[in-house]
Amino acid sequence: MTPSETRELVTGALQEVAPDLGPADLADDGASLRDDLRLDSLDFLNFVEALGDRTGLRIEEDDYPRLATVGDCVAYLAGDRRTPPGEPPPENR
Amino acid sequence: MPEFTMPSLGADMDEGTLVEWRVAPGDRVRHGDVVAVVDTAKAAIEVECFADGLVDRLLVEPGTTVPVGTPLATIVPAGAPRPEPEPKPEPAEAAPAPEPRPTPEPEPEAPSRVSSPLVRHLAEAKGVDLARVHGTGRGERITRTDVDRATGAEPRARVTPYARRLAAGSGVDLRRVTGTGARGTIRAEDVRRAGRRPAKAPEPAPRPEEPRPEEPRPAADRRTAMRRAIGRLMSRSKREIPHYYVSTTIDMSPALSWLRERNRELPVSRRVLPAALLLKASALAAREVPELNGHWIDDGFVPSEAVHLGVAIALRGGGLVTPALRDAGLRTPEDLMAALKDLVGRARGGRLRGSELTGATLTVTDLGDQGVETVTGVIYPPQVALVGFGKVVERPWAVDGLLGVRPLVTATLAADHRASDGYGGARYLEAVTRLLQDPEGL
Repeated sequence: MTPSETRELVTGALQEVAPDLGPADLADDGASLRDDLRLDSLDFLNFVEALGDRTGLRIEEDDYPRLATVGDCVAYLAGDRRTPPGEPPPENR
Repeated sequence: MPEFTMPSLGADMDEGTLVEWRVAPGDRVRHGDVVAVVDTAKAAIEVECFADGLVDRLLVEPGTTVPVGTPLATIVPAGAPRPEPEPKPEPAEAAPAPEPRPTPEPEPEAPSRVSSPLVRHLAEAKGVDLARVHGTGRGERITRTDVDRATGAEPRARVTPYARRLAAGSGVDLRRVTGTGARGTIRAEDVRRAGRRPAKAPEPAPRPEEPRPEEPRPAADRRTAMRRAIGRLMSRSKREIPHYYVSTTIDMSPALSWLRERNRELPVSRRVLPAALLLKASALAAREVPELNGHWIDDGFVPSEAVHLGVAIALRGGGLVTPALRDAGLRTPEDLMAALKDLVGRARGGRLRGSELTGATLTVTDLGDQGVETVTGVIYPPQVALVGFGKVVERPWAVDGLLGVRPLVTATLAADHRASDGYGGARYLEAVTRLLQDPEGL
């Protein structure tokens, strides 16, 4: 998956859980899911679920802190893809 | 003849706007069927009918605002003889009605590709000859939309409430907007594009503009109406209810570590949030202190056997609704979690049912997501108590003489002194605390 495809996947999942978010809201990689996009814990859970549906990846609660911003989510998915099984994913921040 | 009236969807509602009819004259309806969508000061609500029967006449046009209790439609009760069909005031663009046929019921000849009796009734009511309608449903079945199309009526566009609000505020005609959401749902983004407004609008609020007289409810009016509705109810609460408050700090480590373990095993879709445990504990504790669960009516307390927990849900874009989780004390945390997800999803997607907005016996407000530690609530009349939870925070905490860092939550109770005393309130929070120390038992 190319970086832009990964990004599209993330923004698509965000729009699914918060349909009022437009492209302009999601343009900034630094946008915080909680503070800027106003996702609450339930929205966030739905988002994690939507990401899982799209990627087949199970995101554990321990990894939630690594999904703070739009850019974080893209990096997380990209990183996870490149990591061979058994090795910790690379730090992305 | 029984009438279907504008329902009261909470103590803060005194009028509502009929947004759309989901039934047409001649439709058969059953108890619990959604018959219309009503816009209140807060949200668009699907309202159900409470009788079995046949829709006779629709008395109110979509777009009309009427007081609670106004008849909206007449319904022939099930079993009653069907009245002579009256000439129906159909929209001008409707296809010309066919000559009245001698056969009273066209059903036997109706083609088998019509799947639903509702569609048949709709076609009959609108004078559409089903033999000439092309079906677009599965197996070329004729759907409601096909019938609508045959009458020249636009198929109902699905619109998110936020988009509807935005459209009202910006003067965008929703009929001219192409929806890009699932199944053509019109989303806020579509409205923004149609209105050629600057797309960068992180906050919903379109600035108050010159009110346009031809629009029934611009966004600014909607906000005003919502603030007024909340204001009236909360003023009544503060005026009539002698509130008292108690508060305590609860160690959440047993509950959170138990949840963490559980969630590792559960599929992501069934993961449980701490909020579900707080709700369950709140409901169970209410059974232990019955003087907090019920309603203050006619200068007396009417306790409730069941615990229907009202849940304060913030709407994206502002505002608040408090639908009820029925029988919350009898449900497992997983079940409560699923119900909460469903309610929040529908509260924000504009699909709450009227029956869900009434009947709460005790309300919980969980402001943990907003980052505050303590919420001292205002009771929703005619309820007699409101439970509040703040954010779970890590703080130093002494247990058995040893200091450690624990996740803590502040629980508060606002209660009606007419129905209970501080002692009862204290027992309630004690029960919540105890229940949360034994999460398996929830």
